Amino acid sequence: MASLLDINLFGLFGQLLVGLINGSFYALLSLGLAIIFGLLKIINFAHGALYMLGAFLAWMALQYFGINYWVAIIVVPIIVAAIGILIERILLRPISNEDHLYSLLLTFGVGLIFQGVFTHIFGSSGLSYKIPPELKGGFKLPFMYLPTYRGWIIFVSLLVCGLTWYMIEKTKLGAYLRAGTEDPKLMQAFGINVPLIVTLTFGFGVGLAGLAGVLAAPIYSVSPYMGSNLLIVVFAIVVIGGMGSIGGAIITGLIMGILEGLTKYFYPEASTTIIFVVMVIVLLIKPAGLFGKEN
Amino acid sequence: MLNISKSTLILVVLGLIAPYVLYPVFVMKILCFGLFAMAFNLLLGYVGLLSFGHAAFLGTGGYVTGYLVMETGLSPELGILFGTIAAGLLGAVFGKLAVKREGIYFAMVTLALAQLAFFFFLQAPFTGGEDGMQGIPRGTLFGFIDLNDSLNMYYTVLAVFLFGFWLIKRTIHSPFGQVLKAIRENEPRALSLGYNVNDYKWVAFIISASLAGLAGSTKTLVFQLASLTDAHWHMSGEVVLMTLLGGMGTLFGPLVGAASVVTIQNYLSGGELGNYIHIIMGVIFVVCVLAFRSGIVGEFQKFMKKNFN
Repeated sequence: MASLLDINLFGLFGQLLVGLINGSFYALLSLGLAIIFGLLKIINFAHGALYMLGAFLAWMALQYFGINYWVAIIVVPIIVAAIGILIERILLRPISNEDHLYSLLLTFGVGLIFQGVFTHIFGSSGLSYKIPPELKGGFKLPFMYLPTYRGWIIFVSLLVCGLTWYMIEKTKLGAYLRAGTEDPKLMQAFGINVPLIVTLTFGFGVGLAGLAGVLAAPIYSVSPYMGSNLLIVVFAIVVIGGMGSIGGAIITGLIMGILEGLTKYFYPEASTTIIFVVMVIVLLIKPAGLFGKEN
Repeated sequence: MLNISKSTLILVVLGLIAPYVLYPVFVMKILCFGLFAMAFNLLLGYVGLLSFGHAAFLGTGGYVTGYLVMETGLSPELGILFGTIAAGLLGAVFGKLAVKREGIYFAMVTLALAQLAFFFFLQAPFTGGEDGMQGIPRGTLFGFIDLNDSLNMYYTVLAVFLFGFWLIKRTIHSPFGQVLKAIRENEPRALSLGYNVNDYKWVAFIISASLAGLAGSTKTLVFQLASLTDAHWHMSGEVVLMTLLGGMGTLFGPLVGAASVVTIQNYLSGGELGNYIHIIMGVIFVVCVLAFRSGIVGEFQKFMKKNFN
């Protein structure tokens, strides 16, 4: 009897861990989307593709140049951010005054191009990236086994989300960002270089997607389609949380991941759809989202 | 008297002679996707709502018709009818939820809802999962027209298409359609004039979803299969591309866009360039948004206005 309970507890905590890891990715991605949305008022449909790009760059760095994980986790997000900055400057800037639906369609097209290019070069089957030796193995906790790398993902994600939250809510740069979200014209009138802030914001949001990609590379198979299905779930999470607050995006991401994990344990058939169902319920009860503002 | 414009007449004549010039299945594919894109354009072009989940309705029409015709032996006309109704009902549910949000959120909500439908089709016992339904019989229309004959099938598809075309044209030019356009141009003003904006959007959404379902049902009979491809978000993206390329907010744009995209796909899938298909689609998206926003028909209309008026 006791052993049966143990096994169940192991299963439950195992799924909770999986949920927490998924939640870490949801949080990083929806945080990036929320930051970009705050200033640019657009949704980046290429976000999933840039996450995929992060994973592929890490894989290519190791495969072709022997650049290890620790360098990649610093450099790759910067490269992805740089690519994001190019996208913003070259493609999005010229249409920034048009209906925002056009920028949405543009980023969708950019996402398709990335996905198409990587499918063409690497095929659609996944590639594997080895867990760095320093993070191999795991800990035996009283109620579960925690692989070190999985713990690392949760740690990095929470750290980065926390730092980002702090930067936006508590620092001067963050104050500019929040002011820009409220009224970009007024801020420009005060002599602040708004276009530069917009570009850097886009780069930063996209860089978070690149970071998530590097984190994901060792545990998920690196494939051109890894980002697109994930992104749709993240969209649902963004609708659930509303894009009103940075903290809201992070918390909603984590909670939805955990909820998904629990569903996998108690009712596996619904685990792919639970987040969408929650979205439907939230739309019925509080259409603006849990942390959103009615406008 | 029937009020038929010159362009509509040309469309009908072209439709009648097309199967003698082109491969009928190819033209039927264009007509099905043309109807699908026109249904989508009713929302995007005339109400300003970007739905990123229309594949759900195309897929629903296809699956319901396929299931009814294959498993219960229903006649094709009833199969199409029920497929369309099913898509319309789904549209009523999705639409009710989606019109609660606007703009970018509307796109995300429809995309997420369509993904919900996709997972349902993936897991439901009757859809055949990854394999889909194959070998769906075309049957005999009204008990005496054998649809296995490719010309009979063709003219049935043409009739369905023209019905959809007529319905959309009728909707756009009706007082209801004028209100839709008012919502597109200035929603707060339409609201202040006393129109229940959300109800108008909802009805438009239902009409659009039903016609997308009609396209899916018809397509299922033509190709005798229903698969997850039709319900995948890629398909939702493709219909956006067709409409954008052909010219959103124009009556013929979506058909021209569908014809272009289907032709490009057919051309590429045969040759070495098959691998490039998504890259090319993505590039067309980017080029359309940056430099070709009125689409083929929109640019053509501008050109005609400038030079011949």
